Amino acid sequence: MPNEKIRFEGVTKRYGALTVLDKLDLSINEGEVVTIIGPSGSGKTTVLRCLMTLESIEDGVIRIDGEPLNMMERDGTLVPASTGHLRKMRRKLGMVFQSFNLFPHLTVLQNCAEPPVLALGVKRDEARKRAQELLEMVGMSDKHAHYPAQLSGGQQQRVAIARTLAMQPDILVFDEPTSALDPETIEEVTSVIRALAVKHSYTMLMVTHQIDFAHDISDRICFFDKGRIVEQGPPAAVIDAPSEARTQQFLSKVAQAR
Amino acid sequence: MQRSPIVVLVPIAFLVGLYFAVFSSVAEFLPALLNGLTVTIKVAVPSVLLAYLISVVAGLGRLAPIGPVRWASAIYIEVFRGVSLLVILFWLYFVLPEFGLTMSAYTAALLGISLNAGAYGAEIVRGAVQAVPKGQYEACTTLNYPVWHKYTRIILPQALVIAVPAMTNMTIELLKGTALVSAVTLVDLTAAGVRQNQMTYRTVEIFSVLALIYFCLAQVVRFSGVRIEQFFNRHLGAD
Ligand SMILES: Nc1ncnc2c1ncn2[C@@H]1O[C@H](COP(=O)(O)OP(=O)(O)OP(=O)(O)O)[C@@H](O)[C@H]1O
Ligand SMILES: [Mg+2]
Repeated sequence: MPNEKIRFEGVTKRYGALTVLDKLDLSINEGEVVTIIGPSGSGKTTVLRCLMTLESIEDGVIRIDGEPLNMMERDGTLVPASTGHLRKMRRKLGMVFQSFNLFPHLTVLQNCAEPPVLALGVKRDEARKRAQELLEMVGMSDKHAHYPAQLSGGQQQRVAIARTLAMQPDILVFDEPTSALDPETIEEVTSVIRALAVKHSYTMLMVTHQIDFAHDISDRICFFDKGRIVEQGPPAAVIDAPSEARTQQFLSKVAQAR
Repeated sequence: MQRSPIVVLVPIAFLVGLYFAVFSSVAEFLPALLNGLTVTIKVAVPSVLLAYLISVVAGLGRLAPIGPVRWASAIYIEVFRGVSLLVILFWLYFVLPEFGLTMSAYTAALLGISLNAGAYGAEIVRGAVQAVPKGQYEACTTLNYPVWHKYTRIILPQALVIAVPAMTNMTIELLKGTALVSAVTLVDLTAAGVRQNQMTYRTVEIFSVLALIYFCLAQVVRFSGVRIEQFFNRHLGAD
């Protein structure tokens, strides 16, 4: 029986009258790579943002390693999570954004070495050393003294991945990591993510519009529409032989666009 | 680097000054004006620094998650923006002693000016902090930055770059505002000019020199602002 790492239980998210996530249930095991695909506005980003505690949820519970994320247990009842609890839970999570969100006033090395020092209390020398190793791993060590604005999109995203890894999370969350990139630089980022999924066996939750890439690295594909999972299963089922009409329709549209 | 007007203006100011010194009776009133200039600078420099400090504190306070802090900042900003500097100076120097709080004219000038400019500066800082892209805040959240470091290391350094042009403006306004300190008996540059005019009747010369000095001071501020912006932009790669 594999370890359950993430669990959404009846999670509902609304913006005013708009229900973006509708009683979502989703469970991800340790080491599993799960990719969410689906049409624009279906709530894919919202799932990741709720997991990252960037959004509050109206109903339901998100659990990480069995422990509630946005709530905590006190005297046997669930109360809203304190800042301390959120910080503790977020240590397990690392997010890579579509728009990188590197710190523009810090160098590549500082971007990767500073967060562990300030947020985890890692020693400065140790953090630098680890940052250098990670930059090496994503092929960016020669640019360690550059500022983000001096890098291409693909290079920035690789630095952002290194920065996320520097926090030593268990779970990696990617929101369309290649959507803001030129076609030529997509490959350099996907190959890094592939290595993380295959070699380093992180638990991963990803949103992408790159169906082939998703097929390649995912253990499971979730097709999303209107805040619900329409269909989920291994890529060979959901992508190659979808059973739901809505999934077929979406995939044929994506295929046409290519 | 692009040559700044200041490179041209300072020598011109010097030459004009020289002209007066040699060809007219500038020697009569110039020493008094220079004393006035010293007072102006002694008031302006600490006021600027204090105003910047107040700007950051009140600007952040305006955005604080704690209600009372937010309200206190808002009240401070509205009061000191809404009341003219002259009235603030009168209050500090002439009204507060009625309530047993006495301060020197210099202290009153310094406090009045920095409280007044700080109220404007706070709004500038607030706007700049809000102009830092949302993604920067979210990166701080997901990287678990403590609130203190989030602001001191990530948000404020970026906000201050955004704030530089408006802050330059505010500083120039502050500089010109120092002319009002004569209301609390200080003899600053302007007050010295007015006095010398009454004594020597060299109206054209005196007020020309006065205008030129204020103009040059403003240029120094402007030039510093541009240099600071250039420095930051080089790192942020915005140019
Ligand atoms: N802050 C917000 N306020 C109001 N509505 C929002 C907000 N954020 C997202 N929404 C709405 O929630 C819905 C889901 O948004 P979400 O960003 O999760 O979609 P998505 O599946 O990631 O789409 P895309 O493929 O375009 O990124 C959309 O209809 C969107 O307009
Ligand atoms: Mg999205």
